[in-house]
Amino acid sequence: MINAGDTAWVLISTALVIMMTPALGFFYAGMVRRKNILSTLMLSVSILALISVQWVLYGYSLSFGTDHAGLIGGLNWLGLNGVGQEANAGYAATIPHLAFMVFQLAFAVITPALITGAFVERISFGSFLLYILLWSTFVYAPVAHWVWGIGGWLRNMGALDFAGGTVVHITAGISALSMAMVIGKRKGYGKTPMEPSNIPLTVLGAFLLWFGWFGFNGGSALAANGLAVSAFVVTNTAAASAALAWMVVSWIHKRPSVLGLATGAVVGLVAITPASGFVSPLSAIVIGAVAAVISYYAILIRTKSGLDDSLDVFACHGMGGIFGALATGLFAEKAINSAGADGLFFGNPGLFGIQAFTVAVVALFAFIVSFILAKVIDAIFSLRAKEAEENIGLDIAQHGETAFS
Amino acid sequence: MSFKKIEAIIRSEKLEEVRIALEAEGFVGMTVTEVKGRGTQKGIVLEWRAGEYRVEFLPKLKVEVIVDDFDCERAISAIEKSARTGQPGDGKIFVSPVENIIRVRTGERGDKAI
Repeated sequence: MINAGDTAWVLISTALVIMMTPALGFFYAGMVRRKNILSTLMLSVSILALISVQWVLYGYSLSFGTDHAGLIGGLNWLGLNGVGQEANAGYAATIPHLAFMVFQLAFAVITPALITGAFVERISFGSFLLYILLWSTFVYAPVAHWVWGIGGWLRNMGALDFAGGTVVHITAGISALSMAMVIGKRKGYGKTPMEPSNIPLTVLGAFLLWFGWFGFNGGSALAANGLAVSAFVVTNTAAASAALAWMVVSWIHKRPSVLGLATGAVVGLVAITPASGFVSPLSAIVIGAVAAVISYYAILIRTKSGLDDSLDVFACHGMGGIFGALATGLFAEKAINSAGADGLFFGNPGLFGIQAFTVAVVALFAFIVSFILAKVIDAIFSLRAKEAEENIGLDIAQHGETAFS
Repeated sequence: MSFKKIEAIIRSEKLEEVRIALEAEGFVGMTVTEVKGRGTQKGIVLEWRAGEYRVEFLPKLKVEVIVDDFDCERAISAIEKSARTGQPGDGKIFVSPVENIIRVRTGERGDKAI
């Protein structure tokens, strides 16, 4: 039976999550140099266009279609054939199947957009589009199927990922690491200053992400019910706790920047994502705060390492996602969600083992496949923009426009 | 009939005080430009998400005033007094000769145009 309230909430949530991709574009664009603001925005918004079509044509079917050996969905829903206004009881019994499909589309869009922070200011736009299309096909679709698809092997094993800590943030964060390794540093990285173009743009983007995340996590209940409210509350709580923790740590080091606080908020949102349907608000405070400290030091270590993961996708989304998935294995409570499981702190160490195994498998898979894709594309087309294009800035060199007159 | 150009690099926040000081001495006309520069203090360290980054050039204002030779020291001391905080970063004043002045509206030259 289609439920009007559930359907309305999932549609609003979908719109919120779709908004997160341009919000991410602004979040990233404010941190790059002014000659690459539009290029950085373009990376995010072009993915919104590209994957919206890919998902309708075959992405959804590959991820959620009839299971094959627990590894991949079938081609039975190609072109959304058979995905209609009636509910699909297996995925969401009270909303139209199309609503579930388009909610999932929003996740399939933002996940590759997260990776773009690793290679801003030097990527060749054509190679980028090819990478994203192949990545969505060979990394996102399988992992989404394993964890969320009916018959997926990690789902059957009992892995918990309420809103995408593993499917979204670990895949993106780890793939960012592989891309940063293959494409190499920006010219002059570590030698000449790379001034952020517009911190207010980044802050605006970060807090639009916070706002959109209510749809991301709250909508993942797939119903307008108590669980959605619970997810909504822990989402806000973890974001706030992480923002505070980041502020305190940077204050101890020197001064509390708004860029730091905004980054902390995003890290808290990342970490609570897999746990959001299973944990209490007090657990959310701990999850957010610990995630912030981990990612803060991960950025410092990454900076020292010399690897140019330019906007720290691995430190924020990779580490945040890994910690969130593990924390789900610690803090999950059946009292919050009877369809979930108890974690280690609630008497079930088995869940922590499953979560740790899932993290390891997904991280390894994402790294290997993304690395191979990056290497192959680099060998054939070159991932990098030409040196002169990078010097001039990609806004003019690749897109023929400038952010400011 | 000879003139001087006074170029003063000042702190952005000091512009109004400098303008008032110059006007009090009878120097009404001036040109202000937003510039970036550095002195012995070099750049400034700002906060990144975690850790810091260095900005090598600081935003400053450049105030240009053209004065009669005879008035030069008076204008300079007005700027000096009004722009000074005593901290590094107060800026510098450059003085150079000006060959001629032309008022575009009337075509007047020299001391008639100042």
